[in-house]
Amino acid sequence: MNFKKYLKVYKKFLHTSLASELEYKTNILIDLITAILSLIGSIFLLSIFFQNNTSIGGWGFEQSLIIQGIYTVLNGITNTWFNPNLTEIVKHIREGTLDFVLLKPIDSQFFISLKKIAPSGFLEIILGFCLLIYCIKINQINLNLTFFTLCLITIICSICILYSIWFFISTTTIWFIKTWNATEVLRSFLYIGRFPLNSFSFSLRVFFSVFIPIAFITTIPSEVFLGISQLWKILLEVIVALVFLLTSRKFWLFALKFYSSASS
Amino acid sequence: MVQNIIDVRNLSKSFDISSKEQGLKGTIKHFFRRQTKSLKVIKDISFEIKEGEIVGFLGANGAGKTTILKMLCGLIYPSEGSILVSGYLPFRRKENFLKNITLIMGQKQQLIWDLPPIESFYLNASIYDLDKFEAKKRIKKLSEMLEIDEELFIPVRKLSLGQRMKSELLAALIHEPNILFLDEPTLGLDINAQRNLRKFLQKYNKETNATICLTSHYMKDITSLCKRVICVHDGTISYDGKLDLLLKKLSPVKEILIVCRSVEDAIKLENSGFTVKNKIKNEITIIVENNSTTSSLKTILNNFDIEDLYINEPPIDEIIGKILIKKDYGI
Repeated sequence: MNFKKYLKVYKKFLHTSLASELEYKTNILIDLITAILSLIGSIFLLSIFFQNNTSIGGWGFEQSLIIQGIYTVLNGITNTWFNPNLTEIVKHIREGTLDFVLLKPIDSQFFISLKKIAPSGFLEIILGFCLLIYCIKINQINLNLTFFTLCLITIICSICILYSIWFFISTTTIWFIKTWNATEVLRSFLYIGRFPLNSFSFSLRVFFSVFIPIAFITTIPSEVFLGISQLWKILLEVIVALVFLLTSRKFWLFALKFYSSASS
Repeated sequence: MVQNIIDVRNLSKSFDISSKEQGLKGTIKHFFRRQTKSLKVIKDISFEIKEGEIVGFLGANGAGKTTILKMLCGLIYPSEGSILVSGYLPFRRKENFLKNITLIMGQKQQLIWDLPPIESFYLNASIYDLDKFEAKKRIKKLSEMLEIDEELFIPVRKLSLGQRMKSELLAALIHEPNILFLDEPTLGLDINAQRNLRKFLQKYNKETNATICLTSHYMKDITSLCKRVICVHDGTISYDGKLDLLLKKLSPVKEILIVCRSVEDAIKLENSGFTVKNKIKNEITIIVENNSTTSSLKTILNNFDIEDLYINEPPIDEIIGKILIKKDYGI
């Protein structure tokens, strides 16, 4: 793979999608306000849960804020990259414009996953990191190289898992043509990631760890943040992320063989 | 000797199609127990196309023209048979193959809707690994050929259909492909825009010796661009050869409108043994075989007092219309 070329193309993607988004100033403003209100609303909801309880599933309010911070960062990434691109896959397949993507001398998964960005999602990422910095302060977390490395690894793994599940669902459009609902269901499940895994019953914990690994996405990075995660959990997250990423890639290449293109 | 750039052997393609009965009952049945059947849309076709040729694919809606084009450019996997395009198996979509071809669809667009076309051109240039200088040079050359200038800097959503199509062409040709697949490129364009597009394609073919495979329902596109046509009927090739030969075969006669000096002359001509289509006062229309046009004209001019005459070819649309519904032309 020619990395220099891919970097050059990605720069162009950034440039064109930023320019497209900036054509609609009001829309960006509304998105920014929505991001701020959404974070305030989530913290308010969390504080209601903790009004009569000092802990939920063994997690105190200050600790749960870490999960909220990580969720906000991931949601920001979702809104910046996944939402504008992966929802477009359904459109590409339904309308047959995937033809143009497949006929370009560039990896089709790279093209359809990264072509667009929604700049308003950046604010959520920044707000999420601000919340995490605040959490570091109130939870008196010791900062060192191991802490940063493990946080980075687990957050990257979470992004990979989230991306893979979404991409996998979008790929099924090649057979099912319309899968808007499936991605909506995934987004709903993602909201569950705002709460510690231990706050759910055993059966739900199994479901959200094995079938739809939402638990890995926020809980493990949060545990790493608090220094309470066990090594096997981190390793498991890395393995799950790699398996999901590779499977989604293989699945995409397999699905393309069944692409019949839309009629003209 | 000119080499074959496209070689298709015994190509077939089947699709699984689901059908639904009418009404609510049919809808419920369709939801729970979808009936699908395999439909063979392309049936064992073979043909070759030489480098630099412009070939028109003719056929009714649903005959299989677009499916053939999509298999040629590697979008659809063939069910049976083999395809070689520029020495490559298209469906493998190798980088060097993709750099050699382009697909332009009149009803679909690749330009970024909210931005001026120039942004899409540079994005495509980076995908095809062209440096900025080379991209600028090619954009300048193609925009001159397409006669577009200011439009390059106006958001696509504000361009007319004709301007948009020209920009689509530029975006699709920036990498200077030598095989062009065009699926109804003039769809929805006005007469002038259609003519300009055809002029451009002729010029592009002449200058670059690019091979062009074209489908269109506008007969003028076919007649002015393609010497050779491949007629597709129900997934099979019903004719592959020169367009003029096909037209002659399907329409072996000409109509001659003769304006006589007097009504008496017209009556005399009517009774002279020619096949008369109609007669109004001193104007008479006769039908003659293509191969006897010259001798018939000689006879008329020598024996009758003629004021004026017009030779009419039957309307091309009428002839092509026959092609769309006919399976065998006896050629």
